[in-house]
Amino acid sequence: MMTNTIKTHGGKRLGAGRKPGNSIAQPTTVIRVPISMAKIIKNAISTRTKDNPLQTHTKLSNLIQFACAKHHTTFPLYTSKVAAGFPSPADDHVEKRLNPSDYLVENDNATFFVRVKGDSMIEAGIFDNDVLVIDRSIPQQTGDIILAMLDGEFTVKILEQSKKGITLIPANQNYSSIKIKEEQSFEIWGVVTGSMRKFK
Amino acid sequence: MNRSIALVDCNNFYVSCEQLFNPQLKNKPVIVLSNNDGCIVARSEEAKALGIKMGEPWFQIKTLARKYNIITCSSNYALYSDMSDRVMSILSQFSHSQEIYSIDECFLDFTGSCRNSLTTYAQKIYKCIQQQTGLPVCIGIGSSKTLAKLANHIAKKNPSFQNVCNFNAMKLQEQNKWLNRINTKNVWGVGKQLALKLQKTNIHTTLDLKNLYLRTINSQSSVYLRRIIYELNNIVCFELKKAAEPKKKIICSRSFSKRITDFKELEQSITLYVSHAAEKLRQQNSYAGSIHIYISTSLFNKKEPCYTNNIIIPLPEQTDNTLVLTQFASLGLRKIYCNGYKYQKAGILLSKIIPRKEYQPGLFNKKEKRKNSDNLMKILDQINTKMGKKILVVASEGITQPWKMKQNNKSPRYTTNWHDLIVANKFV
Repeated sequence: MMTNTIKTHGGKRLGAGRKPGNSIAQPTTVIRVPISMAKIIKNAISTRTKDNPLQTHTKLSNLIQFACAKHHTTFPLYTSKVAAGFPSPADDHVEKRLNPSDYLVENDNATFFVRVKGDSMIEAGIFDNDVLVIDRSIPQQTGDIILAMLDGEFTVKILEQSKKGITLIPANQNYSSIKIKEEQSFEIWGVVTGSMRKFK
Repeated sequence: MNRSIALVDCNNFYVSCEQLFNPQLKNKPVIVLSNNDGCIVARSEEAKALGIKMGEPWFQIKTLARKYNIITCSSNYALYSDMSDRVMSILSQFSHSQEIYSIDECFLDFTGSCRNSLTTYAQKIYKCIQQQTGLPVCIGIGSSKTLAKLANHIAKKNPSFQNVCNFNAMKLQEQNKWLNRINTKNVWGVGKQLALKLQKTNIHTTLDLKNLYLRTINSQSSVYLRRIIYELNNIVCFELKKAAEPKKKIICSRSFSKRITDFKELEQSITLYVSHAAEKLRQQNSYAGSIHIYISTSLFNKKEPCYTNNIIIPLPEQTDNTLVLTQFASLGLRKIYCNGYKYQKAGILLSKIIPRKEYQPGLFNKKEKRKNSDNLMKILDQINTKMGKKILVVASEGITQPWKMKQNNKSPRYTTNWHDLIVANKFV
């Protein structure tokens, strides 16, 4: 027969288990949230401390805003350190420093460089050893300076397209134009959009 | 609604890169060899027509190559990876979701983009890549990755498709007709072994495999195969992976240019491979928990005595420190090294990789030690990025490295080095 004595073994022990969360200081519940939000919400809760407890009336949008702000802090590029009270008057006017690539390269993925040997283009301002900028994304037109593959070699010339066919024109009177014959292997590789030269 | 997934794949990628910058290679049989000029990893159409197989060891076809004037190139990974970046970057402009699957292929998701004809759109993509990078691609479209892969295969083999094959624009009968022509071994994820196994159960073509669908529910087939069958039936099982996941294993192994007998030289190579792998490990912000080392003599030379051995060393604690890893690697090498053999290949593998933030320090570890190690590695990497690769190395890598990779026919780094630019020098 069962006796009514209080059990001293088994069952739940007083004070065992995880302590109620002290940073939240409220009863909690388990909810499903979108994975993309989970981190933000967790962050929002964890950033609230004892001194700054979570208010029941805190709107979710505020909470998330707060959490996001806490989550990644961005540093503006032009922040200057101000030791004394007076802010740098230049702060509002800082711009990115000039970069020659931005000047010469329009479409990064389609841009290649080629070194010129020879003097067949000097009247167009292209000299021996210059580095030319080739943009493959630009469709070529008559009058463009182009890089072409002709009979297994690269050449830079001015393009002339007409009903009669393609002619490559040099920019040097000592050279003559080349009329592309059908049996020649020929391919336009890209349009020359700029050139670079170093003097020192 | 059916998905619209495209696979864009560059044709003969390595060879196409070489041909783009060297007009002498156009319309000729060209092959590209793997690291150390070991095996064939890419072939031009002309080389394929001569019957040269993918992955064949170079020395086996040397005479054939001489007979037909086949041009061989060593692999130029600086060039290939720059060209790959260009292609992938252009492709990313065409879709909201892209998975870069390998150096020369990527998946694009077009689901939900309301376009009149995806085939026309794909043609436009083809033209854009061709124009801007000069590289030819093929595009396959289907309602799953597996089908996209197959469509790509069809586009490649059949010029009538003009580089684009769109399953989603085909009638079911026509699609099945094509699937019926493809052997199961060409299906993504079905290898030679599995194809043989399937053959025994009378499944020969991809259509046979697709039609298994109704029977799979209570069949014995593996989950993996079942997924492939689902994918063939327009049910997506393999989603596009957006960001590259950190690697679980990092491997680095090479054949030597000459046989090595000396322990010291073997140790040098192992150290070099460990440094490579450790660098990769740090790039993905991980620590490794175990290192695996193996050495072997030539597999092809049957006249000389054969020896292969390997060892796995669990590390006392996870690390990304080149120096620590090198120490254990050389300890392991000492255990498996056997004097008197001519070694041809060595390799290392880092495994039990965990993200750096999941690292649990041991009970007796000093916190400062870890911090020092992290800082040292950070500075090592910073210096090597800024001043050029291999400015700071572990001394046991050796200096001359006579065993190092052979790359006899490497092309210039046309797009990544100012001294290697293409030269326009035809005077006429």
